[in-house]
Amino acid sequence: MSYGILSAAFIAAAVLFILSLGGLSNQESAKRAVWYGIVGMALAVLVTVFGPDSGNYVWLIGAIIIGSFIGQFVAVRVQMTEMPQLVAALHSFVGLAAVFIGLNAELELQSVLAMDILQREDLIGFAQKLAHKTSVEISILKVEVFLGIFIGAVTFTGSIVAFGKLAGKVDGKPKKLPGGHALNAGAAIASLVLGIMFCQGEGIWTMIAVIIIAGFIGYHLIMGIGGADMPVVVSMLNSYSGWAAAAIGFTLGNDLLIVTGALVGSSGAILSYIMCKAMNRDFISVILGGFGGDVGPQMEVEGEQIAIDAAGVVSALEDADSVIIIPGYGLAVAQAQQSVSELTKRLRAQGKTVRFAIHPVAGRLPGHMNVLLAEAKVPYDIVLEMDEINDDFPTTDVVIVIGSNDIVNPAAQDDPNSPIAGMPVLECWKAKQVFVSKRGQGTGYSGIENPLFYKENTRMFYGDAKASLDTLLKDIT
Amino acid sequence: MDNPQIIGTPKELVKGEARVAMTPESAGLLQKLGYQCAIQSGAGKLAGFSDAAYADAGVEVIKTAKGLWEKADIITKVRQPETREHKYLTKGKTLISFFNPAGNEDGMAAAKEGGANVIAMEMVPRISRAQKMDALSSMANIAGYRSVIEAGNNFGRFFTGQITAAGKVPPAKVLIVGGGVAGLAAVGTSVSLGAITYAFDVRPEVAEQVESMGAEFVYLDFEEEQQDGAATGGYAAVSSPEFREAQLAKFRELAPEIDIVITTALIPNREAPKLWLADMIASMKTGSVVVDLAAERGGNADGTVKDQKVVTDNGVTIIGYTDFPSRMAAQSSTLYSNNIRHMMTDLTPEKDGQVKHDMEDDVIRGATVSFEGEITFPPPPLKIKAIAAQKKPEVAVLTAEEKRAKEDADFKAATKQQVTILAGGALLMLLVGAFAPASFMQHFIVFVLACFVGYQVIWNVSHALHTPLMAVTNAISGIVILGAVLQIGSENNLVVIMATISVLISTINIVGGFLVTRRMLAMFSKS
Repeated sequence: MSYGILSAAFIAAAVLFILSLGGLSNQESAKRAVWYGIVGMALAVLVTVFGPDSGNYVWLIGAIIIGSFIGQFVAVRVQMTEMPQLVAALHSFVGLAAVFIGLNAELELQSVLAMDILQREDLIGFAQKLAHKTSVEISILKVEVFLGIFIGAVTFTGSIVAFGKLAGKVDGKPKKLPGGHALNAGAAIASLVLGIMFCQGEGIWTMIAVIIIAGFIGYHLIMGIGGADMPVVVSMLNSYSGWAAAAIGFTLGNDLLIVTGALVGSSGAILSYIMCKAMNRDFISVILGGFGGDVGPQMEVEGEQIAIDAAGVVSALEDADSVIIIPGYGLAVAQAQQSVSELTKRLRAQGKTVRFAIHPVAGRLPGHMNVLLAEAKVPYDIVLEMDEINDDFPTTDVVIVIGSNDIVNPAAQDDPNSPIAGMPVLECWKAKQVFVSKRGQGTGYSGIENPLFYKENTRMFYGDAKASLDTLLKDIT
Repeated sequence: MDNPQIIGTPKELVKGEARVAMTPESAGLLQKLGYQCAIQSGAGKLAGFSDAAYADAGVEVIKTAKGLWEKADIITKVRQPETREHKYLTKGKTLISFFNPAGNEDGMAAAKEGGANVIAMEMVPRISRAQKMDALSSMANIAGYRSVIEAGNNFGRFFTGQITAAGKVPPAKVLIVGGGVAGLAAVGTSVSLGAITYAFDVRPEVAEQVESMGAEFVYLDFEEEQQDGAATGGYAAVSSPEFREAQLAKFRELAPEIDIVITTALIPNREAPKLWLADMIASMKTGSVVVDLAAERGGNADGTVKDQKVVTDNGVTIIGYTDFPSRMAAQSSTLYSNNIRHMMTDLTPEKDGQVKHDMEDDVIRGATVSFEGEITFPPPPLKIKAIAAQKKPEVAVLTAEEKRAKEDADFKAATKQQVTILAGGALLMLLVGAFAPASFMQHFIVFVLACFVGYQVIWNVSHALHTPLMAVTNAISGIVILGAVLQIGSENNLVVIMATISVLISTINIVGGFLVTRRMLAMFSKS
């Protein structure tokens, strides 16, 4: 296969990837869009594998077949509630691959440089390209290798920690080693110094050191970020994995890698930005970990939380004409999406208006709640965003808050000293009656007291979300 | 502690008034506030409450009105006192009753001279906190209900449309004019009886309430900013002559097909507006019924005679009764006595059977028309104004010029920002270009363009699809597999091993990412 056909296929693949991302603008076209992505990827892999620069087919095809099986197995088996973990885990793969490829590039470069002119003529593939580089190009190559390895390593360990936190294997609370930001900054400077040494001809040991240091940065960075900020973290890691791919593309001189990496990188960056805006948080401060320093004492919450039993909730629902349900991470944890869907179906059959209000950072992934509700066959046209529904709360009879906390916290508006002050929240307390389904009296993931639970029109419906909803379903037909 | 004060209720003197201001039930609750209760013998008879029932509830039954007035400290009544009762309005007594302070000069004078404190139930301010003692509303509710029942009583047909073995019956068409408490109660009753119900009100915000009760709101084809009822304490204001014309024209158009008209239009402190004119009545079908709930103030319909039922030449019945609540005395006494009881609760903050007449309290101050020998009517304006949430202040509408100026300014600012970014970007490019070799620059151009495309594309992704977006971009970032594929042909074994691992995990990433995305997207379905 000639380089011309290879390039043509790469262009086609790049266009298909762009169409694939653009197609996600609505639910219907998205179903087509994913096919564009699959075709683009298949095309790119096929022409590369059977292209002029490939080789060692036994290992190659073997790895692809095994990888496909594992990928398929994982994708089919994963629960929708485990999506965040899965995405984080997959990000770590890209990071690790980027590290390996970067190291390979350096190893190849060394072996090529060690050869004489005659030997160089016989080279194929990547090595052949390396052989024709001028000295300036080689220094640039080294910078690219350094960047690819650095970003890849940060992505790798960061994603693993994010995976651990999301899967509940690592404590979700922000943790920092003594030294905090200074430690990260020091590590980054150390990497930079090692990088410069590497460019000036020091051996591959510098890169191994960079991998270790960058790995530490990734670990420490994500450990310092609280569970509530996880949506931002995941999309940020997504962005990193894209930049790592782009850096590798530069190293290998492969435009398709560069294009795709840049697409993924910018997409992740924009998503993180959107998430941060939704939380009214500074992007930088989220990335650097946790909430900013305390400004002053938080407002004391007065009153008490009043509990209610299932019968009370049922009778309020029977009387209500309009109901809004606000799902949160607790819904995902309890796997209650099917129950809430059934409840919705029954209430709608009684002629009531039932809608869902989704806060942009509900759950642990951007759009997490939408996916869960879609899985449970809740029609997507009754699932509304915060801005679409926030004005409707005063005319709503009953709001059911299921496993969400910070996104319905009135302190964000009332208490300038609250850590989430200024964050846009769902103003559910303006409805006539609010029921909060919650496991117990404790504070949420972010550890902030929620005055909503103490309001006069709020009743606490304690218990596991799924169990609670199922008791409601017994009495609502 | 002082001796508990006594709340007494005399028999109503107005002929035909069947209501009573205290029921055995409310007496029980008043006693919980620490009061003793007394009632004149026979006061509850017409409302269905016997002296024995009162006695069972611990109420002292007193034979004569004189005895009761003298014994009680607080007198609760329905109707305003008759002239012969004025002499009882002495110092130390508190009267709670309808009092009509604006049109009852004798009564006001008597209260002032006698020194009694008078709380007029119709003066209870219309704020949320006072709704529980708003007797006008509770009585209007009953009047609205009863007006439909009364209309049905005089109407020779069903309300519902029916198709029976004996033939088809068309549904009755009911028009309710005025969407206040009485109007809405009438709407509810009429709809639940199965009639096709229309309702009209000059206040546009009522449309939603009417429609929420299942009736159809009659809209006028008229462009005028109607004053929001919330600004006038929930009451209608006088409308302009043009508006009135449009309204009458609409009624004229409707009249021939309407079977029952219930008019409830009142404007505070004015004669009732004439809305259902003689020609409309003339165009109605024989057997139709007009119920005029505004008969007390002269009526909304031409030909209404107060307290009477008249039949016009073309067979339309016009009902001008003013005693609808009294016609349902048991119900209205229960509600009215509850209103009174709530008023007493507010007057007795300590629950010690002693009235604390707090003139600082908005509700009590508003309802008190005479206090310790002084006339305190009309009350000062309320501190809290709104009865309903006021609409959000509208964003100031910009004139065309201001708009253009603003657009210009925005445009300039945006241009400036973009030019700055572009200039900065170009400078950076030049710097890079000056030092980097051509081969690098080629790739760099591709990179920058791709970032740009990504930026443009991602903003359009809908929020609900952010998780699929992440899964897709994740799958696509598996493109690093290409790098590994290019290296796997190496002769260095270490390179081959690392490349193989990279191919393996990238493939997991690609396949897993795409399949999961498909799974997710397949789930999104419309209702």
